Amino acid sequence: MIEVENLTKDYGSFQALRDVTFSVERGEILGFLGPNGAGKTTTMRIITGFIPATSGSVRVAGYDVADKSLEARKHLGYLPETVPLYMELTPTEYLDFRARITGITGSRERKARIGEVMDRLNIVDVANKQIGNLSRGYRQRVGLAQAMLHNPDVLILDEPTVGLDPVQITGVRELIRELGQDHTVILSTHILAEVSMVCDRVVIINRGRLVALDTPVHLASTATESQTVHLEVAGSPSTVLAALRTAPSVASAGLLSADGQNGTAAAAESLPAGTYNYQVEGAPGADVRSGLASAIVGSGNQLLELKVYRPSLEDIFISVISQDEQAAAEGAYDEDEWTDDGSDDGDVEDGEPDAPKTKQGAAEPKDRVVTRRRVRG
Amino acid sequence: MRNALYVASKELRSYFVSPIAYIIVAFWLVITGLFFTSSATAGDASMRNVFGVIPILLLLISPALTMRLLAEESRTGTLELLLTAPVKDWSVVVGKFLGALGLYIAMMFLTILYPLILLLFRGDPDWGPIWSGYLGLLLLGMAFLSVGLFASSLTSNQILSAVIALAILLVLFIITVLTSNVAPNVAAILAKLSIGDRYDPFTRGIVDLTDVVYFLTFTGAVLFITVQIVEARRYRA
Repeated sequence: MIEVENLTKDYGSFQALRDVTFSVERGEILGFLGPNGAGKTTTMRIITGFIPATSGSVRVAGYDVADKSLEARKHLGYLPETVPLYMELTPTEYLDFRARITGITGSRERKARIGEVMDRLNIVDVANKQIGNLSRGYRQRVGLAQAMLHNPDVLILDEPTVGLDPVQITGVRELIRELGQDHTVILSTHILAEVSMVCDRVVIINRGRLVALDTPVHLASTATESQTVHLEVAGSPSTVLAALRTAPSVASAGLLSADGQNGTAAAAESLPAGTYNYQVEGAPGADVRSGLASAIVGSGNQLLELKVYRPSLEDIFISVISQDEQAAAEGAYDEDEWTDDGSDDGDVEDGEPDAPKTKQGAAEPKDRVVTRRRVRG
Repeated sequence: MRNALYVASKELRSYFVSPIAYIIVAFWLVITGLFFTSSATAGDASMRNVFGVIPILLLLISPALTMRLLAEESRTGTLELLLTAPVKDWSVVVGKFLGALGLYIAMMFLTILYPLILLLFRGDPDWGPIWSGYLGLLLLGMAFLSVGLFASSLTSNQILSAVIALAILLVLFIITVLTSNVAPNVAAILAKLSIGDRYDPFTRGIVDLTDVVYFLTFTGAVLFITVQIVEARRYRA
């Protein structure tokens, strides 16, 4: 439904997008992730035909957005990040105008469709108030109503849940999932949980390059080549650790403190006396669980709990982005508009509080990340 | 064309939601009314006095009517949604032009009261110059509004757009003044471009086809350039 090929966009000497390629099938919801300024909005604007690409092509429903712009636009519904609406009109007037220009010309059909969409987005009670007087949440939903009004094959939603309250967010997510059954949806978001809840596939872009494209589940498994296991064991830590380290394919084992940090002997307060949490790192590709269980039982300690630790999307995101930054730092990409200055500009660090939960392997590259600030050349 | 009409009707609706349209219409009626009263009470049973002041009035009013049209959409970002809708760029431009023209025609209709007053209190006026005068007003308004729309396409700042429109219109209007310092053949060409000189015959009851063609060509050309400017956003590499 959407085919993006080798998309590149330059703003003067600044490359906003470089060689981005992906495609989205009908009935698929694609999540767009990336730090601020990564190129999410630029990509969406090119797909919708608002701005041209420097090179590369985009086809929507088989129509090239540059050559057959009008045809492509017939199949598109778009909600920009800023939710631009005509403040002086009411939702009814506005949607009537949008319906007309998107080709719903029959007046009975138009009325029915507007009523249906308003109903679905719960904006009936503000139907005749000026949009300028509506709250952000209502405006956001009027914007969504406008995007889905003509029942387009493709929906491009730039941060559709920003400014909504938790109940509305749940509602909109459900709506997007419903729409995703017979529409193609691309949505960008900062909320990583939203992606794992709503999206079939995820694209992570960083500084204009596509750095990951996969299903949320598959991303999780590829981001971690080795298995991380958390255990709760009753018994003396020294014997337990000795037992864990002798188990087959174990790369490392250590105590885990209450807050998830690797500690030396800090037992969690919530645990019964003599019980400790441990974290074990398997060798790449190996399943260490049964080996661990028998090793602990064999050492005479009591195994109370054993579970595989799955990194959250936050962990994956940070890991992917920092690996990318690291590769850039090592000169894997020839670029001169980026330079090391070692300062903290907070862009990549957004998810920091969650980072320590990451298993050692994934956390490692993060520690070595050199934060870079963009310098215009 | 249908889309252009949809855009036009949306623009008309937007005009009457904001106070600007009401202020402009009131201003228009007060000034034309004053000029009509002064000539009518002096025993003049014609509209020449009113038709004479309208170009100057329009010079001030038309930038105010058109400054919002594209500049505001560009500033608030609504242009992004308008240009990504399945609407041709010319439909957007022509639609906005027709919206402004619609308001202007409504304003012209309000002044029909003046000839009616003449008819009631001064006997049957000479209708020829009145009809030709209204035709001149329509053509003049089209030219002025197209320039205003063009200025609005250049910037996302309404005030700047109004200033640009005013400057262009002023130059076009007083172009004959500039002709005193240039070579005679250049002066002749400049004089032919002068909007004021093209408009004057209409108020005297003379409808010259070349004048009509001048105004229509002028309006068409300015709208065409405006469409190119709007399109340039899409195709600039």
